[in-house]
Amino acid sequence: MRIKKILAMAASTVLCGAMFVGCGASGSSSNNEAKQPDSSSKAEPANDNGNSSGSLIKVGIINNDPNESGYRTANVNDLKATFTKENGFDASFAYSLKNEEQINYAQKFIQDEVDYLLLSAADTAGWDSVLKDAKDAGVRVILFDRTIDADESLYDASIVSDMDKEGEQAVEWLKDQDLKAYDIIHLQGVMGTAAQKGRSGALDKTAKELGWNIVTQQTAEWNAEKAQQIVQSAIDAGNKFNVIYAENDDMAKGAVAALDRANISHGVDKDVVVIGFDCNKWALEELKKGNWNYDGQCNPFQSSYIKDIIDKLEKGETLPEKKIIMDEKGFDAKTITDADVEQYGI
Amino acid sequence: MTASPKTAQKSSFLTNIVRRQIFIPIAALLILAIFNFIMDPSFFKITLGYNSEGDPVLSGNLISIIDYGSELAILAIGMTLVTAASRGQDISVGAAIAISGSVVLRVLCGTNSRPETLQAPIIVAFLVSCLVAMAFGAFNGALVSVFKIQPMVATLILFTAGRSIAAWINNNELPVVSDRTFTYFGGYIPGIPIPTPFFIAIACFILTWLALKFTNLGLYVQSVGINEKTSRLNGLNPALIKFVTYVILGLCVAIAGFIKVSRLSTINYSVVAKDIEMDAILAVALGGNSLSGGKFNISASILGAYVIQFLTTTLYKFQVQSDALPAYKAVVVIALVILSAPIVREKLAALFKKLRSPAKAESKS
Repeated sequence: MRIKKILAMAASTVLCGAMFVGCGASGSSSNNEAKQPDSSSKAEPANDNGNSSGSLIKVGIINNDPNESGYRTANVNDLKATFTKENGFDASFAYSLKNEEQINYAQKFIQDEVDYLLLSAADTAGWDSVLKDAKDAGVRVILFDRTIDADESLYDASIVSDMDKEGEQAVEWLKDQDLKAYDIIHLQGVMGTAAQKGRSGALDKTAKELGWNIVTQQTAEWNAEKAQQIVQSAIDAGNKFNVIYAENDDMAKGAVAALDRANISHGVDKDVVVIGFDCNKWALEELKKGNWNYDGQCNPFQSSYIKDIIDKLEKGETLPEKKIIMDEKGFDAKTITDADVEQYGI
Repeated sequence: MTASPKTAQKSSFLTNIVRRQIFIPIAALLILAIFNFIMDPSFFKITLGYNSEGDPVLSGNLISIIDYGSELAILAIGMTLVTAASRGQDISVGAAIAISGSVVLRVLCGTNSRPETLQAPIIVAFLVSCLVAMAFGAFNGALVSVFKIQPMVATLILFTAGRSIAAWINNNELPVVSDRTFTYFGGYIPGIPIPTPFFIAIACFILTWLALKFTNLGLYVQSVGINEKTSRLNGLNPALIKFVTYVILGLCVAIAGFIKVSRLSTINYSVVAKDIEMDAILAVALGGNSLSGGKFNISASILGAYVIQFLTTTLYKFQVQSDALPAYKAVVVIALVILSAPIVREKLAALFKKLRSPAKAESKS
């Protein structure tokens, strides 16, 4: 009996330990980053004279896990490149895909008396009380990438990607191609996400108006392999189609793999028009080679917008509008350049 | 009247079949096949065509099923053993596939995420990924067998952390392999029109079958699953056997992960093999194996895996509304699981007996 108890205790200790190790792997980036401000704040006096303003602006950035997607990785790297000591910022980063954890980080940043709290919320709900705390503490809040369900008075600015516009641009481009017929395979992302809604909405609307034929409309859940199966199934069923509208690059890649297997040509001036989204670098390279036709951007480079807002607020200016919608680009395989691939590929 | 002994024989044969474990996946497969046959016989059409490289390939829904169902079938082998021995399931296989796939790409690409040539032979990459996946399997196995943690809780650790580890292995980059030979394993070998994953799955099955036939592994796994104490009293080492099943599952994970990355020559850490652990567990359940350990039947699990893929392909084929897809799947799964419940099967067997007895009565009169 005793041995059993001891064993059980040992097991639970190891389990707890292992849990920490487990969490450590996913949270390690956040832990390391969260520690960073301590070291940088110590370095602050030495850095003083290097800055025109004299003191660093303290910024707390809460983002989603950089591993989530290529988009997020690019987003995180962009923020890291902008909010540096050289640019006059003392930035701390925290990452989580869970709303509660993000709120905890926010509370921690408020206690640390940051000047600005930059937030890409995992979930839209639950932010009211912590943002009120921020307001009381005089912390200015800027939302980026995602909006939240909270009163507008609780934040200073919100920089959002316009998913509807991304879809509209792509559909507009498709309309301009003036194809003889439009038989479209529509590969959707995870249902209910902002990107899926915006990108599906635009196509659904135009297809209805212009009488485009949607051959298949299925969710491949951002997954290349599922997309491949769906397109394969359409080919096996003998359905005719000449457009693939995939709501992200991965799914477009999966679709193209199925086309290759069935020896159906795709790309510029070929049988099937391929449309992807997100502008991954490898996707833009496919575009450059003429294997795909169009790639719509979901702009991850928000830091310049944020920096702009902070500069204005620091000067005491007021912002003309709280909601700022970013420019989104779309690339055509016929006009894309190597410079575009380098600059906009994520 | 001359036909009656024949029918009696036939129905006892039927009763026998209903009692057999492999009946469930076969019945499910038949139901799906009949459904498809009634709705649209062209479902079974297979055509020989050529891919963009000019190599012959077979295509058709059946080919898609044996192609895309193969990873799941390979996982089902390991999952069945783990379930039988440790009376629990490993829920980290999806994350572990991300890790082993990431390792393959890391070895093939080196530090450059888009190399022109391979940095190492493919076989080396595969072997390294096997080692890594088996190490992670051993980690799970150690938690379960030595520290006696509930399998689902023990594997929850890797389930949570796995995809981050996978991303970390490649510095969060998404490597792309441009070498064509790498695509053979998840696609077609030039000249052979049947998808390679199917051959790999068959090879795995034969290896497992041989291992179970010529070693005592199967017997030991069963006895540990049925009663750990008695098997220890009979001189077995239950901890070691549980541990071994997790390492075997690790090997299955490595093979499945290798096929997965080969399919598209790249990886996406957050979505690769997403939710495959649930499908693998479902395959085991569909195979009629008890999820609380003990007796098992590998072939039934493998059939179960292909049934799941059959279902998926059917749903794609009939273009079920995307938002309704999970609901349809759930309905079918409920039906299959109820069919496989022991009570229902006993009732079914009784029903066949009843069907037989009037025939007997008739023959007597």
